[in-house]
Amino acid sequence: MSRETLIDLLYLFSATTFILALKGLGSPKRARMGNGVAAVGMLVAIVATFFKYTADGHPLHHVWLIVLAMAIGVLIAVPTARFVKMTAMPQLVAIFNGVGGGAAALVSITEFVHIKSTHPATYVTLEVLLGVLIGTVSFSGSAIAFAKLQELMTGRPITYPGQQILNGVFGLGALVLIVTILSTNSSALLWVLLALAFVLGIAFVLPIGGADVPVLISLLNAFTGLAVAASGFTLGSNLLIVAGTLVGASGILLTRMMSKAMGRSLSNVLFSAFGSNITATGDGVREDGRTVRSGSPEDAGVLMSFASRVVIIPGYGLAVAQAQHVLRELAEELEAKGIEVFFAIHPVAGRMPGHMNVLLAEANVPYEQLQELDEANSELQTADVALVVGANDTVNPAAKDDKNSPIYGMPIINADLAENVLFLKRSMRPGFAGIENELLYNPKTMLIFGDAKDTLTKILATVKNG
Amino acid sequence: MGNVLLQYATVLMLTIFVGIEIIAKVPSILHTPLMSGSNAIHGVILVGSMLVLGSANTNLEEILGFLAVLFATLNVVGGFVVTDRMLEMFKAKPKAAVKKTDEVAQ
Repeated sequence: MSRETLIDLLYLFSATTFILALKGLGSPKRARMGNGVAAVGMLVAIVATFFKYTADGHPLHHVWLIVLAMAIGVLIAVPTARFVKMTAMPQLVAIFNGVGGGAAALVSITEFVHIKSTHPATYVTLEVLLGVLIGTVSFSGSAIAFAKLQELMTGRPITYPGQQILNGVFGLGALVLIVTILSTNSSALLWVLLALAFVLGIAFVLPIGGADVPVLISLLNAFTGLAVAASGFTLGSNLLIVAGTLVGASGILLTRMMSKAMGRSLSNVLFSAFGSNITATGDGVREDGRTVRSGSPEDAGVLMSFASRVVIIPGYGLAVAQAQHVLRELAEELEAKGIEVFFAIHPVAGRMPGHMNVLLAEANVPYEQLQELDEANSELQTADVALVVGANDTVNPAAKDDKNSPIYGMPIINADLAENVLFLKRSMRPGFAGIENELLYNPKTMLIFGDAKDTLTKILATVKNG
Repeated sequence: MGNVLLQYATVLMLTIFVGIEIIAKVPSILHTPLMSGSNAIHGVILVGSMLVLGSANTNLEEILGFLAVLFATLNVVGGFVVTDRMLEMFKAKPKAAVKKTDEVAQ
């Protein structure tokens, strides 16, 4: 067997592990193994590549440069991935995705510079240009998504007059450039395309804010996959085509599933600048004069001690306050008193779908106590207390009743079905979507103001003594 | 040339269907790990990056190729480690919870 055939066989093995890995990642039991399988496949592909010959039949040049770049990458990536807080997970995925897109664009550019003296066929140039365009959009778009989630800039949508039109012009400009480069084979224009793609990525992401950013990251993830597939065409690598296309195709489907979980369409997520209009006044008084009812943590503790069934509805605020562990203790304490406790997890609770499950799992909340939307809503009908901690938009009844509400149609957890609603809140500030929550004014609802961790600690003390 | 392109196009088409089929029934709690895992998989661009740096002739190609390898390594390594960290919690849960209460009891 020739050297190249052996390497191609190893690549085939890697491509197979990637498919198996994606399959595994779809089931809770096999997910971790799936990830491990892909990592092994990746390692095999990387090691095999060291033995590959270049197009002109030499062993790879610059092996030490390759090793050096890899070493620097590992030294940065491992500690970052290992020690960043779980709450910062979404922006971490964004940045790792962005550099992947950047790498795909760089590979396409470098290959173009390398082969341009041989006057490549038009379709080769087209592959290069698509790789550069998509990869760069993913790179700069992910950078802005990172900045938004890391709160280096405002997380809300940034809009200006004529934005859609300007973005359309950018997109059209990129298309015209591609056609021009194809007909002139000008490498100077390639750099113009690179710059334009960079701006396009930023302009595309600016009007997307708040809870929509994770959906955006999923889309950019798919983009990077497509850019990798384009590089695969240019380099003539089946492995890159398979891996890139897998991620691209499944990523676009995943993105649609995520927007559906919020009751919205993908185009609505991408183009509606959702959450830019803050309609909530945040002063705790409705126009009709109704006000909120607030209570102390001790009131809440007593109320829960006498309940027979408590449903806890956690949101991102819980993670921000680092209150998962206290909450778990409270749940254990209540259970020890013979009170039934469930956690109702909204599909988009947290900053990403499934994010809340990860955060609660970290705090050792047993998997069986976590309930998804539909189960939770049937449990709530017979619950004495619904305890809302750090959630807001996911329990907002406006999604059901108010046709004019921007979140109308999003499935919510019906906290108002419970006998009593305890709403832990730091202030009257509205949630991620920036809209007023009618639940706060419901006569069943008692608000307990303060830091979630603090409040829960006090509630826990009351329950223990009661 | 035409044949090679056609062969790649075939692979592309088939893979699109595999990609869609394979994740069609994923529960929403696994959306984030799935996104993160597929994020690591497109880090396979590292293989392409190694090839372009390995065939670089000019300084420009070397610089671009070096950056590509560095970026792609961040993507691969960071992607797999983060995903594993997320999934570690899904799995270790029941045992860890029992152990922790035992420790507290002692």
